[in-house]
Amino acid sequence: MEPIITHTGTGVPLKQSNVDTDQIIPAVFLKRITKTGFEDALFYAWRKNPDFVLNQEAYKNGTVLVAGPDFGTGSSREHAVWALKDYGFRVIISSRFADIFYGNSAKQGLLAAKVAQPDVELIWKELEKDPTTEITVNLESRTVRCGSVDTTFDIDNYTRWRLLEGLDDISLTLRQDEAIGAYESTRPGIKPKTLPAKV
Amino acid sequence: MVEIASDKPLTLAEKVWRDHVVVRGEDKDGQRSPDLLYIDLHLVHEVTSPQAFEGLRLAGRPVRRPDLTIATEDHNTPTLEIDKPIADPVSRIQVDTLRANCEEFGIRLHSLGDANQGIVHVVGPQLGLTQPGMTVVCGDSHTSTHGAFGSLAMGIGTSEVEHVLATQTLSLKPFKTMAVTVNGTLQPGVSSKDIILAVIAKIGTGGGQGYVLEYRGSAIEQLSMEARMTICNMSIEAGARAGMVGPDETTFEYVKGRPHAPTGEDWDTAVDYWRSLRTEDGAEFDAEVTIDADTLEPFVTWGTNPGQGVGLNESVPRPTDFDDPVDRESAERALQYMGLEPGTPMKDIRVDTVFLGSCTNSRLEDLRKAAEIIKGRQKDPQVRMIVVPGSAQVRLEAEAEGLDRVFKDFGAEWRFAGCSMCLGMNPDQLAPGERCASTSNRNFEGRQGKGGLTHLVSPVVAAATAIRGTLSAPSDVLQPEPTPA
Repeated sequence: MEPIITHTGTGVPLKQSNVDTDQIIPAVFLKRITKTGFEDALFYAWRKNPDFVLNQEAYKNGTVLVAGPDFGTGSSREHAVWALKDYGFRVIISSRFADIFYGNSAKQGLLAAKVAQPDVELIWKELEKDPTTEITVNLESRTVRCGSVDTTFDIDNYTRWRLLEGLDDISLTLRQDEAIGAYESTRPGIKPKTLPAKV
Repeated sequence: MVEIASDKPLTLAEKVWRDHVVVRGEDKDGQRSPDLLYIDLHLVHEVTSPQAFEGLRLAGRPVRRPDLTIATEDHNTPTLEIDKPIADPVSRIQVDTLRANCEEFGIRLHSLGDANQGIVHVVGPQLGLTQPGMTVVCGDSHTSTHGAFGSLAMGIGTSEVEHVLATQTLSLKPFKTMAVTVNGTLQPGVSSKDIILAVIAKIGTGGGQGYVLEYRGSAIEQLSMEARMTICNMSIEAGARAGMVGPDETTFEYVKGRPHAPTGEDWDTAVDYWRSLRTEDGAEFDAEVTIDADTLEPFVTWGTNPGQGVGLNESVPRPTDFDDPVDRESAERALQYMGLEPGTPMKDIRVDTVFLGSCTNSRLEDLRKAAEIIKGRQKDPQVRMIVVPGSAQVRLEAEAEGLDRVFKDFGAEWRFAGCSMCLGMNPDQLAPGERCASTSNRNFEGRQGKGGLTHLVSPVVAAATAIRGTLSAPSDVLQPEPTPA
């Protein structure tokens, strides 16, 4: 995973709350067995509307999505994160993220930055006033700057550390192999096993 | 839930957590890094697993515990002509990929046509693999279903699926706990689906974020296991990572005798442990919510998220009813998508389709309750009704009771098991503009098919709606209409 320390790009104002993962990528695209190539599936239904923000020339090349509260609710599909990344987004800003989406983003190096809703609204204003306004998100200092807006964002220490270092979760856990083995040796034998199968 | 001190009374969630910690997180700068938790049961299906298996293959890693892993085919599978190859080539490749991966990594799989094939969250409990006090995960947000047994059950993403396959553990940040207390007795025609829709309407789709919910109180204690599963299933729609119910005699009775349930002395040992898991008196929750079961009426959604619901006797709200500008805007957008006029009585809304199924409401009890309402009555001829049992086993059991006949005589379609019309991944989909009363869990835009319009309801409301053609309560069909004075 590529580390993120700071990112500067243009922003896309998505002025909606409860953007669920079915909107981010409809289920029909979940049939694929690959992890890439989902850029066309991103916001598939909404992109059919010519007025949708990503269809506006000024916002087409944004890399920071600035959304309303409760972003990423619903289905656990990690495809939502893959699609956002494949499209070119590096940072998502929202005042609240659904738990599973938040976890999935961290695993893929997509920074989900929690910014208070009043500040999100100020950023929307800046982006609407001048779509070329750059947003700089600094993970080291946990700050977001966009035009006259200069604010902080919330992220837990552990997720921040993993993003800064670009660490892969599985290798981290496999360092604990001994502890896992020790836990297994004390695990009660009456816990169910799927094998051999009983039906 | 950050500190689990042994001298403090604990909640159910804290106890289950405590018993699965492999490595404790470190405290640093006033925050704790995640604990590494052991996972007792990993459920796998075709949609969220291919990239995880591919990851293992690329890294040359085996599945650590195939004996704690089980797979089934559900999301992509058709519910008609299941003896034929899956018609959609993309769906077929995904299902074939699961089959090949299970073969390669030694994982038990229940394929289409097998008696234990079906929706992953129906299959686990049915086999007795879901038991109290376990940690259960699956690459599906509705894994919260298994919390009904007093398990800590969570939906995970594909990266985490790969992590669990490789290590049988998961790094988890400590959760907060929320007590959702439901006291009283449900009135006839009101069911557990109405409880959870009311909870979500009350706390909102983000209200549970960061929390494990524990449903408790006299109304929950009176519920069957299948009714409890419906509630826990939709915990995720309130944003919660998990929902749980303290295990009791109802739980033990349900687990007992199932294929993977403990037997003999092991059963007694297990039950002793399960009894010890209940939330202790004096245990503190980080948040509390109360719902009165006595006054609860059948619930239905009007909007495009599960929190946008009202009592069936109410009307479509006006956006100006909402004080919060974000909620107001969301309501405006939802009403436009749903094609509804504010002020319209919910019961005046006509539907085209009724869907009885999904991991929320496709178990035997759901089918029985719906069948009770429709038996001997006529379906509205304009309405199509699709009944999809949650698993092949549920289908067989329903047929043994003659429920299939009741549905067929009524004019409903009796299908094979799968996720079906809950999500637009298989042939069962709504057409644009088609309006559906659905016992599933999500009314998101296009969830049941592009442009489809979803009203979430309980199985008995679905049944009454199929009779009248408009959103209806069971009391609307069971009692004669009052004559005007």
